[in-house]
Amino acid sequence: MASVTTPNGFALDDSGQRVVVDPVCRIEGHLRIEVNLDENNVIRNAVSTGSMWRGLEVILQGRDPRDAWAFTERICGVCTGVHALQSVRAVEDALDIQIPTNANHIRNLMMLAQYAQDHIVHFYHLHALDWVDVVSALSADPKATSELQQAISPWPNSSPGYFSTVQNKLKRFVESGQLGIFANAYWGSPAYKLPPEANLLATTHYLEALDFQKEIVKIHTIFGGRNPHPNWVVGGMPCSINVDEVGSSGVVNMVWLNMVKDIIEQTIAFTDQVYLPDLKAIASFYKDWGYGGGLSSKNVMAYGEFPAYANNHTNDSLMMPQGAILDGDLNNVHDVDVRDPAQIQEFVAHSWYQYADENVGLHPFEGVTEPKFELGPNLVGTKTNIENIDEGGKYSWLKAPRWRGHAMEVGPLARYLVGYARGRPDIKEPVDKLLSDLGLPITALFSTLGRTAARGLEASWAAHKMRDVYAELMANLKAGDLTTANMEKFDPSTWEADVKGVGFGEAPRGALGHWVHIKDTKIENYQCIVPTTWNASPRDPAGNIGAYEAALLGTPMADAEQPLEILRTIHSFDPCVACATHVMSHDGRELSEIKVR
Amino acid sequence: MSIATMSIADGDPGAYDTLILGIGNILWADEGFGIRTIETLHERYTFPDNVRVMDGGTQGIFLLPWVRNAKRLLIFDAVDFGLAPATLKVIRDDEVPRFMGAKKVSMHQTGFQEVLASADLAGDLPLQMVLIGVQPELLDDYGGSLRHSVKTKIDPAIERGLAILNEWNVSWELRGDSLPREEHIGPTALDIQDYENERPSTGGEPV
Repeated sequence: MASVTTPNGFALDDSGQRVVVDPVCRIEGHLRIEVNLDENNVIRNAVSTGSMWRGLEVILQGRDPRDAWAFTERICGVCTGVHALQSVRAVEDALDIQIPTNANHIRNLMMLAQYAQDHIVHFYHLHALDWVDVVSALSADPKATSELQQAISPWPNSSPGYFSTVQNKLKRFVESGQLGIFANAYWGSPAYKLPPEANLLATTHYLEALDFQKEIVKIHTIFGGRNPHPNWVVGGMPCSINVDEVGSSGVVNMVWLNMVKDIIEQTIAFTDQVYLPDLKAIASFYKDWGYGGGLSSKNVMAYGEFPAYANNHTNDSLMMPQGAILDGDLNNVHDVDVRDPAQIQEFVAHSWYQYADENVGLHPFEGVTEPKFELGPNLVGTKTNIENIDEGGKYSWLKAPRWRGHAMEVGPLARYLVGYARGRPDIKEPVDKLLSDLGLPITALFSTLGRTAARGLEASWAAHKMRDVYAELMANLKAGDLTTANMEKFDPSTWEADVKGVGFGEAPRGALGHWVHIKDTKIENYQCIVPTTWNASPRDPAGNIGAYEAALLGTPMADAEQPLEILRTIHSFDPCVACATHVMSHDGRELSEIKVR
Repeated sequence: MSIATMSIADGDPGAYDTLILGIGNILWADEGFGIRTIETLHERYTFPDNVRVMDGGTQGIFLLPWVRNAKRLLIFDAVDFGLAPATLKVIRDDEVPRFMGAKKVSMHQTGFQEVLASADLAGDLPLQMVLIGVQPELLDDYGGSLRHSVKTKIDPAIERGLAILNEWNVSWELRGDSLPREEHIGPTALDIQDYENERPSTGGEPV
């Protein structure tokens, strides 16, 4: 290759030093990144390899479509609820089942809780260590940290004594030599810019966020009946509900509904008084680190989520709107139709799957998941010990999804850009305020930090929306409507012989779709396109690169041995390839041969 | 657990002190050992209110709130001990985190090692931990169930687990009646019988 320009406008040069990051740590699942650096240590080529096979589609064929949600819950350790939701939606769509208002509100509440929880966990536990130097926090002055905290937020845990206690706890942990979760970082790297006090503040909130998780998981337990794998049902929600002060066992009543209300208020307080002030404080020290934009200034897409009205998935109803932006034209947002075979297609020319003709893409209704593991001729190493992968050949277990042929970025930043361009005030106003507080132009959003900021704003948005949705649920219940499921068409004898449906929406990580084809009451075909497949996508036959690959280009690395900058940008997407499930061999190597039945 | 058997305590991670946790992925053959074991345990035995039996799946960091709340943690899982297939091994206390991550059978163990490290950092590592692990025979059979050799280790694993509970002075009782299907731990669709019988392409092959 040496030097080429891709059809989507990125210059690639693979002549310089090759650096491999495998695995990318602090993510769900297994991902490998290879880059080429020029003589100034700037990334000039990037290759994203999903190194785990995913074949959920294959094992669902022939099963009862009403059971599919339970299987899809098991494909990912993080996104259980979001897969289950799209799965029941797909089947409801195929069978033309209308869900009741209560079920819609409860599903919205569960997804909004998932957003807040995922975003908090991502920011503090998976991403913060890319910006926050925990070891530096040990040298912070607790009194100055207290002053910093009180300057940025009314959060009550702010005394010098509190920060001193946390610092001592941290010291004991670090001195014990068991860094544990903090082991895979690059402490002391010159790429860390925060003063010790900001590091102590953020590390303290890392611990508080661990505590907060205890609360928010209760929402899923209450409405889903179980945690960590809530129950779902085609036709609505499987919980019985009433507004009695006391009630029979197993019914969601006022005692539980009041608990939900309390948790919602706590979530609003945590996102507004801890998460957002921390985000702003950290970002203010990294304003000159404007890398990582990649596709975000060009092509972004959202399917939309949170229908205000049951069974209405148009922008009139969606609290988070759908749309696609091409070439950065915010004045012209295109509508996305997930059913249109000309819009969404998956390619496998560079993926470890095979099609009859690999120059064409397949819409998920016609999707094929047939593994074919082979490596390009320029591979360095062997099949079981890959030193440098050959991106000229097949190089990922992820397919390459495209919208009208374009590689698209999905996720919180994509949603916020679509919402901003659609003129939604609840999205636009907080974005404008954050930018003006930080003294940054809107183009600053097209970056790694823009992605991280959009996620923080969205966590707060989700927390406040929970309050609204809760109020609507209560109003509907108090008006006497206690229905949570529509079971009219649950019996397969009522189904047509050959139907197709799609469940689509927005997982915390981005656009998620499940496509189902039901024939003679059994699943004939099932395809999922998950957010990380869009973002971590390999090249397509035309040579367009995906969002991860694009975002890494142009980034200077302080030290090629310490890929902190790569982690920052990849983590900003909140990668989750656990749904790209595959086990490793006993020694941690990926298996190259898989049995599929 | 179905909604019918749920009490308000289930919404509150603060309401138990002993957690019996199965982890793994039922979709990957022997990796489902931990889940299938706690399902069977729940079908056969009842426990007092301070005990929670949980299907942890591959939830990783999201299991942290549940683990932090436990003073005693009993884990069932498939672990690569480097032993003969279907060998059972019991690991205790400080050794548990090491075995959860030394040789990873699958992704969920990386996640669970982090859960234990985070619980430790937060000062909430369970006081007593026991891991009852089985050496898997086969993992790379997606959509497959437990191999026969591993399935026969569910009963011995439960016996060992009950012995650990005795050591901890945690009581248990045999269920008088068989547990209605809707009160099983997992959703009906994933019950091991249906899971195996409805596998599309087994062609009647025994698992």
